[in-house]
Amino acid sequence: MFRSRRAIPYLLIGPGLLWLILFFVVPNVQMLLFSLSEGTLRTGFKTPPEVWDIQNYTGSIAKFSKNFTNSIVYGGLATILCFLIGYPLAYAILFLVIAPFFTSFLIRTISWRIILGNDGPFLSVVRDGLGLVPDNFSVIGTPLAVVGGLTYQFLPFMVLPLYVSIEKVDRRLIEAAQDLYAGPWRRGGLIAGAIAGAFVLVALQVGLGYGHIVGEDAAPAAVIAAGLVGAVAGGAIGTTLISQSFIRVTFPLSLPGVFAASILTFIPAIGDYVNAQLLGSPKTQMIGNVIQGRFLDQNDYPIAAALAFILMAGILVSIALYARLLGTEELTGGTA
Amino acid sequence: MQTHVPEVEVRLTQVYKAFGGDASGRRVAKTVEPRDDGLIVAVDHIDLEVQDGEFFSLLGPSGCGKTTTLRMIGGFEQPTSGKIELDGQDVTWLPPYKRNVNTVFQNYALFPHLTIFDNIAFGLRRRQIAESEVKQRVGEMLELVELPGFERRKPSMISGGQAQRVALARALVNKPAVLLLDEPLGALDLKLRKQMQVELKRIQQEVGITFIYVTHDQEEAMTMSDRIAVMNRGKYEQLGDPETLYERPKTEFVAGFLGVSNLLPATLGAGDGAYVAATLSDGASVRIPATAVDGKTTIKIGVRPEKIRLHADAGAIDGHMNRLEGRVVDASYLGASTSYIIQSSAGDRLTVFEQNVERTSHGSLHRPGEAVHLSWSPDHTFAVGESAAAAPVQVAG
Repeated sequence: MFRSRRAIPYLLIGPGLLWLILFFVVPNVQMLLFSLSEGTLRTGFKTPPEVWDIQNYTGSIAKFSKNFTNSIVYGGLATILCFLIGYPLAYAILFLVIAPFFTSFLIRTISWRIILGNDGPFLSVVRDGLGLVPDNFSVIGTPLAVVGGLTYQFLPFMVLPLYVSIEKVDRRLIEAAQDLYAGPWRRGGLIAGAIAGAFVLVALQVGLGYGHIVGEDAAPAAVIAAGLVGAVAGGAIGTTLISQSFIRVTFPLSLPGVFAASILTFIPAIGDYVNAQLLGSPKTQMIGNVIQGRFLDQNDYPIAAALAFILMAGILVSIALYARLLGTEELTGGTA
Repeated sequence: MQTHVPEVEVRLTQVYKAFGGDASGRRVAKTVEPRDDGLIVAVDHIDLEVQDGEFFSLLGPSGCGKTTTLRMIGGFEQPTSGKIELDGQDVTWLPPYKRNVNTVFQNYALFPHLTIFDNIAFGLRRRQIAESEVKQRVGEMLELVELPGFERRKPSMISGGQAQRVALARALVNKPAVLLLDEPLGALDLKLRKQMQVELKRIQQEVGITFIYVTHDQEEAMTMSDRIAVMNRGKYEQLGDPETLYERPKTEFVAGFLGVSNLLPATLGAGDGAYVAATLSDGASVRIPATAVDGKTTIKIGVRPEKIRLHADAGAIDGHMNRLEGRVVDASYLGASTSYIIQSSAGDRLTVFEQNVERTSHGSLHRPGEAVHLSWSPDHTFAVGESAAAAPVQVAG
């Protein structure tokens, strides 16, 4: 019946290709043209421009570098936190992670506002009840709230791919490792845990703005203290909870899942603006907030489009580097 | 009071293992039915001693408890009660990584993300062996399993037979006191399996390590083993060398599991010292060695198909032979031999194998419907009791 069987594959990918062209290629070309056009809302945009230049790009990077930094730091921290919370979760339970996500994204973020607010339940316990933080301490409006919100929102994106990849690791491989003398990871766990713990705590402290290493409000002592606390906690976890069979077999075999999960978390987290808007302050605005503002409030399409492209390029480059670093092809068992 | 006998490498004392009816029980074969109280008894109070340097097999159908027994020796399961000793040391509660025992897993369980070299070096590296020695010992192992030059390949790049050798090398390189093998040849095709049987036996003799081998394939167990424990329903019914198990099976289960046998209900009669007379249901009397009766009362007598001779004429049979009369029901020419189904005058069906070299002596094949006389030596007769699932088998030692 089909006279040309060779046409079948093309027919089959047809709908997908059409979808891609309509919803990915066309908007992106449109966006690219916007990003290169000149003028303002008042004078009118010229697309294509009379003079082609990349003024919109270079200008935006300089002007919004603080927001870019915020995005990278908050998105990165949220991804790290998601990983630290998500890996153990993926090991054990799934439903608890997903259950809250049957409600709306906005409702959840607003409920965080209430929980973390100055009169909310979190501070009434930590500040008023336990006295762990000073009286003028607040969470809402700080980077901590933004990162916390991001972590919470994107946790399922981390947990689900991790769960799939951990689930796939053959139990017999773990038994084989134990059979081959893989016991507790005493010394290695202590060292690796201490390094990772120190890194995470220092990154959190500096990233969330509770202490700087350089600048006028530098607090090296506080940073060192955080590093020490992180090292002790990480070392304790590494030496007691992590076995050699985990670090030599389970973890390497789950790396493709780690790769997928961290990308799925990092990309939406770095581009997010809802959390920074609802839980943050003007100082914690991420690049997503700027893009959203330029597009929807100020109707400054060229700059907004340029910013979106810069963000996209940045994400693509970092994913390429990350894939290189993890060497996913190597890790999936290396088919010839 | 049991004293320590140095040449016993592995000793199991009253080892019992029951799984809960649900999740953990799923790990034992699904053919095992839970008892009324919901427990699945995998291993039922086993006593076992494996000698140093021995090739020992646990043979039985799926769900008989052989793999659970092996997993308890390896440390992957803990017995519900009982004691496991290794080289005189109680290891019942030690985790696998603290036992001087290594395992070749059913589907090899090679680490897919590591090269063949790193797979074999895994155990040595976990024990902090110097890298130069690791390199040398891995090289020697690849030599032993005849895979030199495979160091840098990944498990996905080798065949099943090669993976099998790598799994063996990965375990043996650690020089364990005991090597446990869990149906290691199950995934290979017949020809490769036969080849690996010979290979395994050669390697075992070369390294001199105690092998405990789990299989459901009686021929595989017979080919390689010094001794075999035939397991059924969490116990072993008989333990012995392949020849004894085949020639003198003690239970109906063992007689049926190892090869084909003809079992005939019989009543025991008077003995004359070396032999005991047994009367078959049609009144025919046969003699069996007194040692084969071994205190049993209700028995079936057994004889292997290849021990029976067929004669057209009763006059040709020696006086001291056991004899029966029958009729040929079916004859199948199998090349090297001919397989007959004979219906005896008592109504029992017997299988008889006749080597085709003998056909020249009586001219031609027996035809279905032909009346024949069967004869076999009393020494080739054995007696089996009821299958021992209910009565525990007492083991000397």
